[in-house]
Amino acid sequence: MFKYYGKTAPYLFLLPAAIVLIVFFFIPFFQTILLSFQDYSTNIYHATFAGLQNYIDILHNPIFYKVMWNTLLYLIVAVPILAILPLFLAILINQKIKGITLYKILIYLPVIVSIVVAAIAFKWLYAEQGILNYILNVLHINSIGWLTDPKYAIYSVIIVTIWKGIGYYMMIYLAALMSVPKELYEACDIDGAGFLRKHLTVTIPHIMPTIALVTTISSISAMKIFAEIYVMTKGGPLNSTKTIVYYIYEKAFENLDLGYASAMAVILLVIVMIFSLINICCFERGKYQV
Amino acid sequence: MIKLKNIWIHLTLIFVSLLSIFPFIWLLSTSLKGSGENIFAYPPTLIPQDFTFANYVGVWHRVDLMRYFINSMIVAGGTVLLNLILSSLAGYPLARMEFKGKKIAFFAILATIMVPFQAIMLPVYLITLKLHLVDSVNDTMGFIGLIMPFAVSAFGIFLMRQAFLAIPREMEEAAIVDGCNVFQVFWKVLLPMVKPSLAVLAIFTFIGSWGEFLWPSIVLTKEAMYTLPVGVNNLQGMFSSNWRFIAAGSIISTIPIIIFFLAMQKYFISGENEGAVKG
Repeated sequence: MFKYYGKTAPYLFLLPAAIVLIVFFFIPFFQTILLSFQDYSTNIYHATFAGLQNYIDILHNPIFYKVMWNTLLYLIVAVPILAILPLFLAILINQKIKGITLYKILIYLPVIVSIVVAAIAFKWLYAEQGILNYILNVLHINSIGWLTDPKYAIYSVIIVTIWKGIGYYMMIYLAALMSVPKELYEACDIDGAGFLRKHLTVTIPHIMPTIALVTTISSISAMKIFAEIYVMTKGGPLNSTKTIVYYIYEKAFENLDLGYASAMAVILLVIVMIFSLINICCFERGKYQV
Repeated sequence: MIKLKNIWIHLTLIFVSLLSIFPFIWLLSTSLKGSGENIFAYPPTLIPQDFTFANYVGVWHRVDLMRYFINSMIVAGGTVLLNLILSSLAGYPLARMEFKGKKIAFFAILATIMVPFQAIMLPVYLITLKLHLVDSVNDTMGFIGLIMPFAVSAFGIFLMRQAFLAIPREMEEAAIVDGCNVFQVFWKVLLPMVKPSLAVLAIFTFIGSWGEFLWPSIVLTKEAMYTLPVGVNNLQGMFSSNWRFIAAGSIISTIPIIIFFLAMQKYFISGENEGAVKG
């Protein structure tokens, strides 16, 4: 095909997006790295070069380890559940039965509702004299401090994240299930394979890439958790629900310790980038071919 | 045999559906209970005994929820509009043109996917301050500051690029033979053909922007500028333990997005647009 556009045309088309990305992405990206080598802790207006001091301080800060542990707990608990439960639901919803659209709408509803409202709704369920403690009492279990007991608080917050994510991942699985060839299931039926066998031998191997995709996306979003914590616990009690983004927020915008916050942001950056690279290189390659 | 299996499937799905909506149902129930009813009663009652809309009236009078709603509409509307324009403009040369630095542009955009906003939010805030895009200057600047960091995304650019790639080359050739220049090709020929992708981008950008909480809670200083999520979170502080009001305010704030979702449900639950939405 002949070239119908001038030399500058491609750049003109790219320019508006480029300006936004440079100002609100690339400059902040490099500035985060620069700030992480600065010391703002004594005077917010006069930074001094700190070298690796912020990083050293972080590694000597017990709260940082607590925060990393909480983030890791999020990964260990939420990610496997979000990888498996929605798949199970997608398989059920992929059957030819009545009422599917209604089920899909109801299960997807938590995804579109604001996380703030979701967190408030759960805070109400978790109240000291709330309905969940009532259910425990009916089962002859003593009330627990869902959000006030450091032993349980993080799990209570994780439940909200899982609850809000199930519908989203279910729809991803559902799209993948549609691509499994029907003939394979028919062959299973002829062989007399049961429900479980059918899905273990046909479905699971076929959608393995999607399972891996869901695992990495849910890991990445688990590392970015903020609103749930902010609305429900503010990181407490005793830092038991403080995750890395919340801690960065606190250091940056409440303690105004810009250098320290940036050094932690760099740590977050490195971890998330590793997961994203895995995601892009292994699972979403097709989308990003040059 | 087959029927029995279906009953189990239905029971499981009904159970999960109920779990999905129960937190909202319980909030709704609380919001409709009058002051004559103990909202901490054991055993709890789902159907309000002292049924009333008084909490809705009360919260509506004391909190400017309409203002929050309008603010959210402005921010989400502006974000959607800019994303549609910037993504399709940028997606077009990446799909259809050969130029120096194309690979660099491509990978630079791809790189933005890997970096979470949460990690760079502090300098983004400092830059926004420096550009005076904050509500302490004036409302318009405040809105611009809420919108600009999310005015374009790699997701949108790649979505539009894919859409342009799928259009047959003959379309452009015919237009050029007819005497169109490159901007006319883009505007009159290509853009109308990628409407479905624009719709997908608009809807998912809208949902994302509507629910955004972190950025507005960083930049906003004036209550009159609050978007719905920030305003709803603020209800907790205003009515410290008046759960009837908090519940009523939360329910009101959710109505618009539920209407939007039901109207656009095919985009969300048809199973065709997966991998769209949020990060």
